Formats: sequence, C-alpha cells, structure tokens
Amino acid sequence: MLGQNEQNIKKRMEGRVAFNKILMVLFGMATAVGLVFLVLLFYRVLTQGIGYLSLDYIMNFPAPYPEKAGIYAGLIGSVFLMIIVAIFSVIIGVATAIYLEEYAAKNKFTDFIRVNIQNLAGVPSIVFGLLGLTFFVYMFNFGYTLIAGGLTMALLILPVIVVAAQEAVRSVPAEIKEASYGMGASKWQTIARVILPAAIPGILTGAIIALSRAIGETAPLIIVGAATAIYTLPDSLLAKYTVMPIQIYNWTGRPQEEWQYVAGAGIIVLLAVLLLMNSIAVLIRNKYQRRL
Amino acid sequence: MDKGLQSEGKMIDVQQMIERNKNKKSFGERIEKIIPFFLLLCAAVSVLTTVGILFTLLRESIGFFSNVSLIDFYTGTSWSPWSGEYGVAPLIGGTLLITLIATLVAVPLGLMSAIFLSEYANDKVRRVIKPVLEVLAGIPTVVYGYFALTFITPMFQAFIPDLGIFNALSGGFVVGIMIIPMVASLSEDAMNSVPNALREGAYGLGATKLEVVFKVVLPAALSGIIASIVLAISRAIGETMIVTIAAGATPNLTFNPTESIQTMTAFIVQAATGDTTFGSTIYYSLYAVGMTLFVFTLVMNLIAQYISRKFREEY
Repeated sequence: MLGQNEQNIKKRMEGRVAFNKILMVLFGMATAVGLVFLVLLFYRVLTQGIGYLSLDYIMNFPAPYPEKAGIYAGLIGSVFLMIIVAIFSVIIGVATAIYLEEYAAKNKFTDFIRVNIQNLAGVPSIVFGLLGLTFFVYMFNFGYTLIAGGLTMALLILPVIVVAAQEAVRSVPAEIKEASYGMGASKWQTIARVILPAAIPGILTGAIIALSRAIGETAPLIIVGAATAIYTLPDSLLAKYTVMPIQIYNWTGRPQEEWQYVAGAGIIVLLAVLLLMNSIAVLIRNKYQRRL
Repeated sequence: MDKGLQSEGKMIDVQQMIERNKNKKSFGERIEKIIPFFLLLCAAVSVLTTVGILFTLLRESIGFFSNVSLIDFYTGTSWSPWSGEYGVAPLIGGTLLITLIATLVAVPLGLMSAIFLSEYANDKVRRVIKPVLEVLAGIPTVVYGYFALTFITPMFQAFIPDLGIFNALSGGFVVGIMIIPMVASLSEDAMNSVPNALREGAYGLGATKLEVVFKVVLPAALSGIIASIVLAISRAIGETMIVTIAAGATPNLTFNPTESIQTMTAFIVQAATGDTTFGSTIYYSLYAVGMTLFVFTLVMNLIAQYISRKFREEY
C-alpha cells in the first residue's frame, strides 16, 4: 500500500519536473523568435542593399534611374534636421528637467507637468505631424521647410529628453550639492557649476538615444511635407529638404524590383548612422559611469 | 594727520568694496530670480504642446464636422473621401485588425521571453539577450515596413497562395514583432521586482520553477504585466509606417487578415502625400481621423497608468 503511494508521488513529481523542463525550452524558443527576426531583418537588408551601396550612392542625389539614384540629399538633410532638433529639444528638455528636479514645488501644477510629459510620450508620432502641420507649416507660415520639420521633431522627442535629463540630474549625489551650498554657493551657482557638469554624461547619452529615434522617424515628416525629390542641399532654415527615411519610403513604394535594392542600400546607410550614434552613447556612458 | 588721511582712504576703500559687493550681490540675486522663471517657461513648452495638440485636433475636427455630420462619420461604413463618403468604420476596423494580429504575436512571445529572462536565464545570458532584444524597438519603422513588404509577405505567400501583396496579416505580424521588446522588457521589470522571499517560500513547499512562475511570480507581477500589454497595444494602434507600406490603402471593413486594408494612420499619410488642398473637406478629415486615433491611444495610456498605480503591489 505504502509502496504504491510512494510510486504515485514519484510519478507525479517526475511529471512536474518534466513539464517544467518542457516549458523552459518553450520559453527559450519564444525568446529566440525575436532574436531570429532581428537577424533575418539585418541579413535581408544587407543582401538586398549591398549591391547598390557605393561611394557614388552616398554622394548622388535622387535620380529617375535606380543605378544613378543616391542618398546624399537624405543623408545631409537628416544631419541638418538633427542639428535643429538637438538645439531646441536639448535646451528646452534640460531646462524642464532642472525645473522639475530642483525648483518645482511639490504641488498640483508640478504633478500636472509630470503627468503631461508622461502622456505626451504616448501620443502617436503622426499626431505630432498634424500639430506641426497646423502650427509650423500654416499658422507660422514656414511652409514645407527644414525649420518646420525640425521643430515638429523637437517636440516629438522632448518627453524622452526630459525624462533622461531628469534621471541624470537626480543621480547627482546629494553630498556634492551640499558641499557646494556649504561653501556659500547659491542655488543657480550650484546647478550651473556642480549639478550640470556631473549630469552631462547622462544627459548626452539620453539626448543621443532620443535623436537616434528622431533620425529614423518618417510619419510626422511626411505630414509636414518633407520632399521626396530634392536636387540641392538645403541652404537655409526655410529651404525644402528630404531625409533618409523619406527617401527609403519613397523607393520602397515603387513597383520595379531594382528600387527595392536602392531602398535596401538606403536602409544600410540609415542603420549605420544609428549604430554610430548608439555606439557614441554607450561610449560616453561607459567612460563617465564610474567617475562619481 | 597722515595717519588719519590714510585711514580715511582705507575707509573709503572698504566702503567702495562694500558698495561693489552689494551691486554684485544684487546682480547675482537678479539671476537667481530670473533663472527659475526661464526654466518654468521651458517646462511650459511641454504643456503648450499638449494644449496645441488638443487645440489643433479640436478646431480642425469642428471644421470637418460642419461639413460632415458626426453621426455619418461614426456610423457610416464606407470610407472613400475622394467621392465624399466619410464613414470612419473601415479605418477603425483596419486599425483594430492590425492591433489584434500584433497583440496575438507580441503578447505570448513577449510574456514567454519575459519569463525566460526573469526566471530561467542566468545573469550572464540576461545581460546579453535583453539589450539585443531591445534593439528590435530601436529599428526605424520604415525599415520594418520594407521588411514586411519584401520579405514577410512573400514568405507568407508560400503558405497562403491567395495572399495579396498588401495585406493585414504581414503588417500586423511585423507590428507585433516590433512591440515584443515593449511587452518583454516592462513585464520582465515587473517580475524582477517580485521579492525573492516569495519565490523561496514556494520552493520551500516543494514547488517546481514553473509552478513558482505561474502561481507566485505572475500573480504578483500582474499589474505591471497588464500595463505593459496595454502600452504595447497603444503603440500598435499608433503605428504608421509599417501598415502604410505593407497593409495597403484599401479602406475595407473586414476581419479577413489576408485582405488589403487601411488603418487610420495610413489614411493620414495617404491624404498628406496626395495633393490635398488646405481647407478642403479631405484636409479637415485628416484631423477628424487624427482626433479619433488620439482618443484611442490616450484612453489606452490612461488605462495603463491607472492599472500600474492602482494595483501596484508594494513589497
């Protein structure tokens, strides 16, 4: 009787342990699915695009023939756009973060700003495009220009920069702030000479990651009218422009197969720029992480 | 006398110094007062952005609804703005179909990845896999669209011969792949914050790892997991480029995933790239559709925030 019972228990235990093993493998495989798709995506893009990628491709303007088309206008347009986005979003974002972390009283209004930033981060990017279309393109009368696109994108990534800068400012140890106050420094002196320098690596890392999101964004720029065929580089804030993702989108939509290879080459350039930006962010983080 | 003069001179010096210091201080004080004001102005930009979004969407939508009745817009079942039919149901249906497919892909895969990373993988494996998985979230959506159109659709066509070039299935599938890291990362964070004492209690009673996962960790992390899913759904609703490129431009009230459809976001792109004249009904319809989209995502985000605030388990 006892032996029978023991056997039953043993059987049940073996079943439970085996089930655990089986599901562990299943969970591992599910994790692998995401990774496999990442590899497939990179492999696909590389094999499709590498044939069209050349120095000519990088230095050529768009053209009606696949063999002559290049990404130069998009690449330079993206760089110009990012400069505008960086100037506006970093200044306003860091200022907002300092206000929230160092000055804001703990009241309803501050809570409102916080919740508001959190909600802005969840608004679809295309809605920012509509905002830019109403205000920057029509109301401020910038038209379909670099500055309209830049301001729209700056607002889009502002929440990301604010949150990153808040974290960076918050992580400055209280001791060094107190040391600064103890030596008679005022609040602003402490912020400008102690807190900001200590927070800059964190702010830079966050800003670069936010900008790398902006450089791949397409939808809002379609709405605020980034052009698809541009044969000159933008020479002022009020010039027409194009960016890499818009060029890629335009080429992807064409029916002839060759254009897919042209688009693939564009994606390689875009991903290379993204990789470069993210590597810089990681380098900055690693270099300054242990200093405080 | 000399001594007196000298000391008088010194006194003047000291007085001047005090005066000078006073002036300096007042300049410094002025800065101390101006700076917070300037910072507040910058903080107000984000509030103004929200106000601007609401203002734009409302004002232009009102312009739209003076031409098309609200009832026709929300109850009509045919969307063809170029011939004057403005029933938004096909666009909402398209968005929901894409979101449903994406959720069916991302929730099981994301949750299983989260369980694997949080409960089964050792520290070394987690530190490698988690950032690599998060790369999926950083890839531009136009790249995903390209991938969906030129790789996923032909792959699916091998199994489903009637599948058109543009279809909801591959669009939704790739949106799902894109939001896996959102579900996985946020759920993993929630599971990680379940204290080990709870797990050890269950192990002490003889539970296997799997039983600990299902009976202890998942219930304890439920609010965080649900919040992550709701956020991912909100992201799928607002996703634009993948569906514009891969799912087509056919407003089509259908739940057949092999057909070409159009989402709300894809219509906005289509109308903005076409020659839509400022002030026309189609121009205004951009904002009415944008408004509907905004309300959808806002409600999802508020639900996510409510869940993670209200049902947060404090340990």
